[in-house]
Amino acid sequence: MINKNFKSSLQHIEFQVIWRRLISIVEDQARTLMKTAFSPVVRESGDLSAAVFDPQGRMLAQAITGTPGHVNSTAAAVPHFLSEYPPAELKPGDHLITNDPWIASGHLHDVTVVSPVFLADRLIALFACTCHQLDIGGLGQGPDGKSVYEEGLYIPVMKLVDRGEVNQDLLRIIEGNVRTPYEVRGDILSYVAANETSGVKLLDMMREYGLDNLDYTGNEIIERSRQGMLEEIRKLPKGTTHNSITLDGYDKPVEIVCALTVADDEISIDFAGSTEASTKGINLVLNYTQAYANYGIRCVVGAHIPNNTGSLSPIKISAPEGSILNVQRPWPVCARHIIGQFLPDAVMGCLAQLLPEKVPAEGASSLWGVQIRGGPEVDASCNYDNPSADGRRYEMLIFNSGGTGARPDQDGMSATGFPSGVRAMPVEVVENMGPVVIWRKELLADSCGAGKWRGGLGQVVEVGTIDESPFLLFAMFDRTANPARGRMGGEDGKVGTVRVKHGKTLNPKGVQLIEPGQRLELLLPGGGGFGDKGQRNAAHREQDKLASLVSD
Amino acid sequence: MDRMVSLQGNLMADILSFGIAAFNSALYGRKATGRVPGLFDLQKTGMMVKSTYAGNGSSIQTCSTRTIPEYRVIQDEPGYLMSGEAIRIGIDTGGTFTDFALSRDGVFHTTKILTTHQAPELAIMQGLDDLMKATGCRPADAELIIHGTTLATNAVIEHKGARVAMLTTEGFRDVLELGSESRFDQYDLGLSKPAPLVPRQLRFTVSERLAADGSELLPLDLAAIEQVAEELKKHDIDSVAVCFLHSFINPEHEERAEQALRKHLPGIYISLSSRVAPEIREYERFSTTVANAYIQPLMDSYLKRLREGLKQAGFGCPLYMFVSNGGLVEVDVARQFPIRLVESGPAGGAVFASHVARIHQEDRILSFDMGGTTAKICLVDNAEPQKATLFEMARAHRFKQGSGLPARIPVIEMVEIGAGGGSIARVDSLGRITTGPDSAGSEPGPACYDLDGDEATVTDADLILGRLEAEGFADGSMRLNSEAARQAVRDKLAVPLHMDIPLAAYGVAEIVEEDMANAAREHATESGKSLTGRTLVAFGGAAPLHALSLAGKLGIKRVIVPAHAGVGSAIGFLLAPVAYELARSCHVRLTDFKPGVLNKLFKEMSEYAHGIVVSGAPGRERTEIRQAQMRYIGQGYSIAVDVPVGELLKNDAQSLQQAFDKAYINLYSKLHDGVDVEIVGVSVSVSAHLVFAQPAELAKTAVTAAGIPPEIDHGATLFDAQAGAYADVNVYSRHALQPGNYIPGPILVRDKGTTVMVPQGHAVTVAGDDSLIIERE
Repeated sequence: MINKNFKSSLQHIEFQVIWRRLISIVEDQARTLMKTAFSPVVRESGDLSAAVFDPQGRMLAQAITGTPGHVNSTAAAVPHFLSEYPPAELKPGDHLITNDPWIASGHLHDVTVVSPVFLADRLIALFACTCHQLDIGGLGQGPDGKSVYEEGLYIPVMKLVDRGEVNQDLLRIIEGNVRTPYEVRGDILSYVAANETSGVKLLDMMREYGLDNLDYTGNEIIERSRQGMLEEIRKLPKGTTHNSITLDGYDKPVEIVCALTVADDEISIDFAGSTEASTKGINLVLNYTQAYANYGIRCVVGAHIPNNTGSLSPIKISAPEGSILNVQRPWPVCARHIIGQFLPDAVMGCLAQLLPEKVPAEGASSLWGVQIRGGPEVDASCNYDNPSADGRRYEMLIFNSGGTGARPDQDGMSATGFPSGVRAMPVEVVENMGPVVIWRKELLADSCGAGKWRGGLGQVVEVGTIDESPFLLFAMFDRTANPARGRMGGEDGKVGTVRVKHGKTLNPKGVQLIEPGQRLELLLPGGGGFGDKGQRNAAHREQDKLASLVSD
Repeated sequence: MDRMVSLQGNLMADILSFGIAAFNSALYGRKATGRVPGLFDLQKTGMMVKSTYAGNGSSIQTCSTRTIPEYRVIQDEPGYLMSGEAIRIGIDTGGTFTDFALSRDGVFHTTKILTTHQAPELAIMQGLDDLMKATGCRPADAELIIHGTTLATNAVIEHKGARVAMLTTEGFRDVLELGSESRFDQYDLGLSKPAPLVPRQLRFTVSERLAADGSELLPLDLAAIEQVAEELKKHDIDSVAVCFLHSFINPEHEERAEQALRKHLPGIYISLSSRVAPEIREYERFSTTVANAYIQPLMDSYLKRLREGLKQAGFGCPLYMFVSNGGLVEVDVARQFPIRLVESGPAGGAVFASHVARIHQEDRILSFDMGGTTAKICLVDNAEPQKATLFEMARAHRFKQGSGLPARIPVIEMVEIGAGGGSIARVDSLGRITTGPDSAGSEPGPACYDLDGDEATVTDADLILGRLEAEGFADGSMRLNSEAARQAVRDKLAVPLHMDIPLAAYGVAEIVEEDMANAAREHATESGKSLTGRTLVAFGGAAPLHALSLAGKLGIKRVIVPAHAGVGSAIGFLLAPVAYELARSCHVRLTDFKPGVLNKLFKEMSEYAHGIVVSGAPGRERTEIRQAQMRYIGQGYSIAVDVPVGELLKNDAQSLQQAFDKAYINLYSKLHDGVDVEIVGVSVSVSAHLVFAQPAELAKTAVTAAGIPPEIDHGATLFDAQAGAYADVNVYSRHALQPGNYIPGPILVRDKGTTVMVPQGHAVTVAGDDSLIIERE
């Protein structure tokens, strides 16, 4: 009764178990990193990556995290490490590091640590993690650097730990160049510990299954995942579609132009025609452009297939060198997420033409983070040399989200981040961190685009200080001139507004002073609608009116 | 201040009685003299070690180095003395069955009947009647009834609570809707967030505002509350939640709003956020308060009816409610804070496992409860299940974190994954076997139930592998159809995988076990604990079939399958202490340590918790555990560190720092030198064990005895994947096994409703409490 091929069946079952285990190991690592991180965007939005690679630099498994910026940028990074340090030069106890924006995820704040794993002196795998730092020196996190040199400390690919010996010189240089040396040092060393722990788990598993390499496992994972993606791609209508999106930009509008082609065995996206590089730090390196564009596709095509070199390979993304989506050193890149967050909208606009019933309308997309500074630098009445409790300098970043686009079968989500996975901080926590008072934070009626399904609503946020002292606003808000567009006859969402309460309208970009006693008022954009509003279900319309979300 | 020392000092004096002492000595290897006036209480002082400081003032965070637990016998005082015939009854109202466990002199009698959803008290009265008849007891003999129920949970899940309104700070009408402004699934474009329990039109705002330090920025507009009261009348509101910003630090506005509402609406239920969950983070606090308001009228009337019914039936004894943190509270506390009844059933299972740990003297166990649809995993150290302070109710996607409504209540921390006997197995587009999270349930059920189910399930795989037998399933009430199982596994798995049926079935078992193992590993990492060296305690219908493979994957060498595993929760209720736990937020830096704030908070909380526990357990020894939530300034997650009971002094900053360092290293291996540490919250837990007797559960009497093997019931075959063939095994009937029996594997032990699989290379020993102890040889 038992087939004599049962050994191969058994090996196959074992392979499936090992695949699950690899994913579990990197997920576990990502969660630990979130818990220990000092950087708020790591712990609140999962701005990190954890992945395992084979000795050829192929990514076998990656943790699903909250920001799409790492979807394939980590996958792209490890081969660079291996070309700097070929396997023959790696020894047990080594850990490599870089924060090169062009190797990993697009700005200096992201530090990547790669750690080889050895079994009987043979390299069998590498673990990599990339995490955002609280500070990396330079001007601080914002778009105001004129080149990458002003944006902070650059760490080329090098050994952070050499056969168990930590490179103290490097750590001292890092500590001497950042505003929060203890935290940054602690974070970086915790990546080493995290990679090492994952390595031990991998070796445990290999012992359990009597494996001495991951060759069979790696080949199977990559081939099956690639085939899985190809199968999804083959289900799509073939052809090329075009889309363009206009964004407010920093000082002038930015145009994202893209063409998406579905062929038999690949999806390719070309961003030719997009705006040239900006003098502000809102430019993207190609890795990062690919990550966000890839995410937009994967939300629609093959979302259930795990990220690895195999599943990423059938998607090809290009952008002309010198455009805002593919700059070279030393263009400034620090605040690249502002443009990056619109790339899913751009590529999904192409996919919508092929799959009209599967793709949502556009949403607010860009996070509305309120970055403010107060204290002696802002308020002349404070004494900088002798800061009292009231006179302390403070700097805060408060995340807020507008509405997402309506879906083909339901409304958009109100005040919800997409594509970013950021989590908003509770008002009570914010008010404990600095002398601010959030006077209002609630849904903004009528901000959504109407449709058979309406967009998600934006929100209104009102910020003042407890002692009515002035503060500086570092404005970085988009969709104040260009709304989230509706789809299939759905209406556009409302654009956002930045203003002083009962006062003047402010510029959505750049540094501005909020005078003593004034409050900042933000009206966040809503998502676009889907389908003709005449077809909206009467009960839903009534419910919206009853709840005062929509006035007619 | 040092409770532990005094307890140990009194240990010998407290140990009493000949019979009991003999038992105690047999059980724990201690010699004891004295006599027992009535009943006694066993408490493991190891659990108290956790709560106290050693003499030098440094906190003892864990007790993992202790191997031999010490127990003490506490003399009972008049209260709930258990006379010869006195009995205690545990009742667990679940979604399908209501389980009963009656203990008389430590001997359990159990039964289960179908839950009556419209009026759950009917099933309870019926079951009690059955139980009285079966045992020959009289209602008047009952000294205590302990009850846990899913009624509260279900009301939230099914949106069947009261018409509830919310009164909140102007400008913050949508806190419940905004939540964390994030999505719980990064790739699902079609996800829906859970709808708030109060629709927007019933969320009213009023002008008032407190600052972060509790001072008043805007006065409370009482006139506006009058208008809101009119609106509530108009809308026929039964229950209202009052939720103001920063009320956890200053409840005055909420309390004045309550008075004003009461004046206008005398009969209305009112829940204040400053009472229900007085902790920072408005979304969690408001969500908890609204849920409390939502279920309060329902639970109140149910508990009144139940109490009335019990009284009429002659049960004059007290009724206690089993709550989510594994403790007991009086009915009146439960009526005030019904939110604490949520998720109490699974907690009962964890308490049951802890009890098994206690009587088997297992320091570190992994509790593994696997039923028809889910598996629940809980870490239990020193017979104390791990606790958490946040729970998610009514998840839109049951196994996705963040898809539910948060409730900030003390709970036993468990991971629940969609892996049960009924979990459906499939092959996905990448050729991967997947199991669950959806389940075939009981109808149509697995293919082998022969109820027209054509999906292949874990149970079908177990049947094919020979782990489960076709005959004798569910106490012999059901015969499983092997051919239907084979057909389902062939069609859904073997054909797409190009495998033989038994190997495909083996693949299903492997995958479901790997999923559970990964969940356990990730849970352990998150908790900063290790799995190595733990003992697995397996209960629930499907657990004994998979426990040994799971243990193998986790490097666990010892598995205990306790008796009465099918009604574990109800038994757990009987073993739970009267306990109350509360938490408050605060902000204290260690570098600028001001003990006054902490002392005041601890004192208030401690008095409150002792007040609740003393009324539920008068005259009982109470244990108090104090903890501080600590973190490096700048971090987002905090960890719990034990704090001594008693006045804190300025120089305690140093010992707190040491305790934090130790806990942090334990969790994350490395410290951050030079970064300040802060306390962001404190908690107090007070508990008192009631009487419990267990002379029948002499777990240790015969563990090592190689007793005479019992008779083989019959023979069967079990699939051996490594050999690729079926091999003969002997099958024993569990009720034929005697304490002291020792049988090497491979064998099967057929039990009520399930089968215990003892693989090759393992052996089973029957313990004095009828537990099966399975160890790797």
